[in-house]
Amino acid sequence: MNHSFPFVLLLLAGAVAAADTTSSARAKRPPPPPVYLEECTGCHAAYLPRMLPAASWQRLLGGLPTHFGVDASLDAATLAAFRPWLLDNAGDAQRFPVAPEQDRITRAQWFTRQHHGIKPATWQRPAIGSKSNCGACHGQADQGKYGEHDVHIPK
Amino acid sequence: MNASIRSASPSRLALLLASLALAAAGARAESPVQIRDGYATLAGATPQAARGQQFFTSRHGADWSCSSCHGAVPTATGKHAVTGKPIQPLAPAFNAERFRTPAKVEKWFRRNCNDVLGRECTAAEKADVLAWLLTLKP
Ligand code: HEC
Ligand code: HEC
Ligand code: HEC
Repeated sequence: MNHSFPFVLLLLAGAVAAADTTSSARAKRPPPPPVYLEECTGCHAAYLPRMLPAASWQRLLGGLPTHFGVDASLDAATLAAFRPWLLDNAGDAQRFPVAPEQDRITRAQWFTRQHHGIKPATWQRPAIGSKSNCGACHGQADQGKYGEHDVHIPK
Repeated sequence: MNASIRSASPSRLALLLASLALAAAGARAESPVQIRDGYATLAGATPQAARGQQFFTSRHGADWSCSSCHGAVPTATGKHAVTGKPIQPLAPAFNAERFRTPAKVEKWFRRNCNDVLGRECTAAEKADVLAWLLTLKP
């Protein structure tokens, strides 16, 4: 295994190069890393870091084996691969004086404000089912995109 | 540290790149049949499709069965019982991405069995379920 040392260096160099692109893009919002999309979108949309404060993300990531009534457990190495992205880009204290109830995006004030036009009966439609099912209305929620041009409320 | 990579001889570098490609391939790809046979070997028993179907569609004394999210016959798009998010078909003949990566298969068996049965599934149960899924053809 005498090639393993330079091999590690090569991996590190790759990681540094990747980190460089992220930090130069940090002025804008860095897009969700593929590992996050792979691990956190099996059961629902790709929620974005700014949608909750860091304290909420921290609690959520600490409780994945009992995550809103389901087992969403992940091994530590996989978790470490996207945890910094979620925490570093979380919503700030100004936007979240207190964490939303149950650390839910759907209980955050900004969420209620953005969706104030939607009636309670609309959320209950079979094609929607749950407020957390962002993808029912936001066509690219799987990719973490929620722009207003791509919204369509199903009948 | 970049310098030490640049100074590596060309053949050394080729070796490094080859191992990097291998590492990137990372998770081993297998076929659904290989994965079923792996579980059957672990269980030390011949998998039974009928028992797999029974297992998949039963509630096991709690709220959910596997069908609650994947559908009674998982050849079409299912729907997550809580979030409503669509779930692509589970039967391999209807979704070429299913049962290809042992680590991914294990991760979801662990979570979903825990949600449905309150425990992990045994190797025999996994082999039975997969044996049944493999009988589902277009
Ligand atoms: C095994 C399925 C599953 C996985 C995997 C999963 N979640 Fe969830 N998540 C759920 C369920 C179920 C809910 C509750 C939805 C509801 O009540 O409508 C939920 C809710 C949430 C909510 C609150 C949504 C709201 O109602 O405002 C957040 C935030 C969240 N998940 C983040 C994550 C993150 C981050 C990951 C990846 C580490 C993840 N989830 C992975 C199943 C999952
Ligand atoms: C019932 C359909 C529906 C569901 C489900 C839904 N939204 Fe929306 N969302 C809308 C509508 C309609 C708007 C308003 C679009 C506009 O401004 O014209 C909106 C606006 C938004 C905006 C502001 C977009 C912008 O650029 O103005 C964000 C962000 C957003 N939603 C996030 C979410 C998230 C996150 C979820 C899931 C936790 C979600 N939505 C679930 C329908 C929905
Ligand atoms: C609460 C909803 C839910 C229940 C109940 C459920 N699953 Fe799943 N299952 C999922 C989701 C979500 C995924 C991952 C999303 C995807 O890959 O489309 C998944 C993926 C899987 C996979 C991964 C296969 C692959 O290679 O991609 C297997 C295996 C699986 N489920 C088996 C089961 C079995 C067996 C049961 C019953 C013990 C079960 N599931 C019950 C939601 C559920």
